[in-house]
Amino acid sequence: MGYSGFRVFWEGLTGNRGWRPVWREPEPKARYKVLVIGGGGHGLSTAYYLARNHGITDVAVLEKGWLGSGNIGRNTTIVRANYFLPGNSEFYSHSLKLWEGLEGELGYNVMHSQRGLINLFHSDGQRDAFVRRGNAMAAQGDDAVLLDREGVRGLLPYLDFEQARFPIHGGLLHPRGGTARHDAVAWGYARAADARGVDLIQNCGVTGIRVENGRVRGVETTRGPIEAESVAIVVAGRTSQVAAMAGLRVPIESHVLQAFVTEGLKPVIDHVVSFGMGHFYISQSDKGGLVFGGDLDFHPSYAQRGNLPMAEHVMEAAMTLMPVIGRAKVVRSWGGIMDMSPDGSPVIDRTDVEGLFLNCGWNYGGFKAVPASGWALAHLIATGAPHESAARFRLDRFRTGRGLMDEEGTGAQHHLH
Amino acid sequence: MRLTCPHCGARDRREFTYHGPASLLDRPAPDAGEAAWNAYLHLRDNPEGESRELWYHEPCRAWAVITRDTRTHAVHGSAAP
Repeated sequence: MGYSGFRVFWEGLTGNRGWRPVWREPEPKARYKVLVIGGGGHGLSTAYYLARNHGITDVAVLEKGWLGSGNIGRNTTIVRANYFLPGNSEFYSHSLKLWEGLEGELGYNVMHSQRGLINLFHSDGQRDAFVRRGNAMAAQGDDAVLLDREGVRGLLPYLDFEQARFPIHGGLLHPRGGTARHDAVAWGYARAADARGVDLIQNCGVTGIRVENGRVRGVETTRGPIEAESVAIVVAGRTSQVAAMAGLRVPIESHVLQAFVTEGLKPVIDHVVSFGMGHFYISQSDKGGLVFGGDLDFHPSYAQRGNLPMAEHVMEAAMTLMPVIGRAKVVRSWGGIMDMSPDGSPVIDRTDVEGLFLNCGWNYGGFKAVPASGWALAHLIATGAPHESAARFRLDRFRTGRGLMDEEGTGAQHHLH
Repeated sequence: MRLTCPHCGARDRREFTYHGPASLLDRPAPDAGEAAWNAYLHLRDNPEGESRELWYHEPCRAWAVITRDTRTHAVHGSAAP
C-alpha cells in the first residue's frame, strides 16, 4: 500500500475505509534461514537489510509482545552523529546518512527532522574539549559549528545565560542532528521488511535456544520450536536473559533511564539542546510536548520505571537551564531498560556459539543507531565478516582490553557508566 | 526507593551508591588468569528478579550487601559484607 497526499485526502473524504493492515500476520514456519529475536527497531532493521542488501528473505522476526513495544517506543527520539572516538564515529556517521534517505527508502514518513543539536559548554576547558570533538566530527565528514555565547543566545534566547554555577560560554552546533518519530521507524521497517517477504511473528516469546555441538540449531518459542541456520539476539534490555538460553554470560547490566514529557505547547524549542553538566537534554515534539530526560538511576532495574531522586534531579536541571519551563506541566514520565556495557559502547558480533549473533549494549543511544545497526548485523550474518562501519563493536574487547571505546572517558568498568 | 543499611536501618536511596553485584567480593587470585578476571570484571549475571548487590552507604561509610528485586525495587535484606 502506497502513501501520498492524494491518498490521505481521498481517504479523509470517504471515511478512511480504505486503509488496510500494512504487514501480514503469518504463522511461524518450522524452519528459517535466519531468525531475529526481538521485533524492535534494531531487529526489524536487521531483517529489512538482510532482505534488501543480501537477498535473504527466508527470515523471521520473533517478538514476545507487539512490534516496537520496547525501547524503540521509550526513547527521546534523538538522531545525531557527534561521536568522538574511532569506532563510534564512523558507525554513527553511517547511521545518519542512512537516516537522511530513510523515508524514501522505506516509503514511510518517519518525520525525520534535522533541526540541529546544540551541546552547551560552560568553561574554557569544556570549550577546548568541544572544539576537539567538533574537529573530529568534521574530520569524519560530518558537520559541527562552534558557537560563542552570543551565537547560542541567537538560537536559544530562552536559556538562563547568567546562572552562577554553569554560565553558558557557548555551544557546539551539529546542524544535521535532530529527531524522528520513533514508533514510525519501527513501523516503517516492519512494513518494508514484510513487503520483501520477511515473516514478522508477534506474541512469540523465545523460551530456549537450541545449541548442538557448539552450533545453533534453532529456538524454542511459546508458539513451538523453530529451526534456523543463524539466530540473532537483538533484545537490548533483556540481553542477559536471552543470551543465557544459549549458555552465554554477557558484559551487560540492565539499568533504567527515565524520560519526561510536558503538555503540548506552542513552538518554543526549535532544536535539540543538550546540557551535559546537568545531565539534561530537551527537544519539542511535533505534537508540542517538551520531551526531556536525564541520567541513569544508577542501579540495575527491569521495572521500566524510575525513582524520584533522578526525576527531581532532571527537574532541577531543567529549571537551572531554562526557568521558563517552570510554567509547563509534566504529564508523563517513563523508564526504559538499557543494556549498559562496561565502556558505554555497543556490541555487534558473533558469539562462541557458531551461527549465533549478538547485537546489544546500546547504553543510552540505541535509537539513532537503528539503521546502521541493522545494516551492520545483516552484513555480518550474510557474509560472515563484520561491516566496516561496525568492525570495532567486538564482544571480546573487554577481555582483551584492545579497542575499548570509552566515549565518556570515565574508564571501561561497569560501575563507571 | 529506600534501601537498608545494616547499621543505620532504612534510609533514602540518595544516601547510597551502587557498585556492582555482590560477587565482586569474591576477587580472583592475581594469577587466576584472563578468563577468571574477565568474568569478574566484565561479565554479569544481571538477574531479573532477586539480586544481591554491593552498595556503599555514604553517611556511615559502610558497605552493604543488599538483596533486592530488580523487577519491583523491593528490598528483601541487607547485611554487612
